[in-house]
Amino acid sequence: MAVGFYLKARHSFRARQSSAGLHSTAPNFSLPELNGHSLQLSDYRGKVVLLDFWATWCTPCREEIPHLVELQKKYRDQGLQIIGVSMDDSPEPVREFYRRFHMNYPVVMGNAGIGELYGGVLGLPIAFVIGRDGHISAKHIGATDASVLEQDIRGLLSQ
Amino acid sequence: MISKWTERIALAALITLLSTVVFDSQALGQATSLPSSHLINPEELVKVLQATKGEKPLMFQVGSYVLYAQAHIPGSDYVGPVTSELGLQQLRRRVESLPRTKFIVLYCGCCPWSHCPNVKPADDALHAMGFTNVKVLYLANNFGADWVEKGFPVAKGQ
Repeated sequence: MAVGFYLKARHSFRARQSSAGLHSTAPNFSLPELNGHSLQLSDYRGKVVLLDFWATWCTPCREEIPHLVELQKKYRDQGLQIIGVSMDDSPEPVREFYRRFHMNYPVVMGNAGIGELYGGVLGLPIAFVIGRDGHISAKHIGATDASVLEQDIRGLLSQ
Repeated sequence: MISKWTERIALAALITLLSTVVFDSQALGQATSLPSSHLINPEELVKVLQATKGEKPLMFQVGSYVLYAQAHIPGSDYVGPVTSELGLQQLRRRVESLPRTKFIVLYCGCCPWSHCPNVKPADDALHAMGFTNVKVLYLANNFGADWVEKGFPVAKGQ
């Protein structure tokens, strides 16, 4: 029985992993922003989207935020939209962090569901770069140099 | 005259510096300062869990619930991040009635080992309470890469 449960758990994890593979359509989701409004990924079709899974307690995530703020500022007019998905357990520390670090892009509160939808977010940070057509162009696991993200974004913005 | 671009770079540098200062307290709790005698590798833990003989550990996940709900070690309990006093209190309450020789394994896997803010404070708290058989699961990158993707047993949900 234990073996059966184990195999089932493994299978479902692998199946989930394939749902957000490179070049596939980024799974749509609807999640609450910090202001209570609902954000839907499909509303950003036509823009280049950087989907950043992060948390306030994650040091490499925090270190990336100022760079993401800069990228959003620099490329907003060309069609870049960064969306933060906080994997914190509650919104309070996220709201405080958002104000303190003058974040200039929407942040939604994530949950296990979106983690599974994106192949299992079992370590942070993870960033997905999504093209104007809604397809996932790149996935970066762990701390990623801002220049790498910028290169991805520039390539997609010019398409 | 200072250009706008220079101002932006200075602002980014200031924000990074503030980030470091604000969260400086977590640097004190770095997992890298745990002695190797406190650690257990994933392969070793799996052997312990699968062995027909020997004491099975009580296992606590001391990271985010959102991560626990996606995948955790079967049989492990969620305690939550111990970077806050509330989290530490929860951990202490969970173990206070246990014999101090109880075999306990702590794990998180939220972030790369060098950045994990949770396992060191949790280990410190249990040792301060007198527990003598505590191990911390060494997850070099994160729980996904070093446990799930290696095919070790996982469960999800509560």
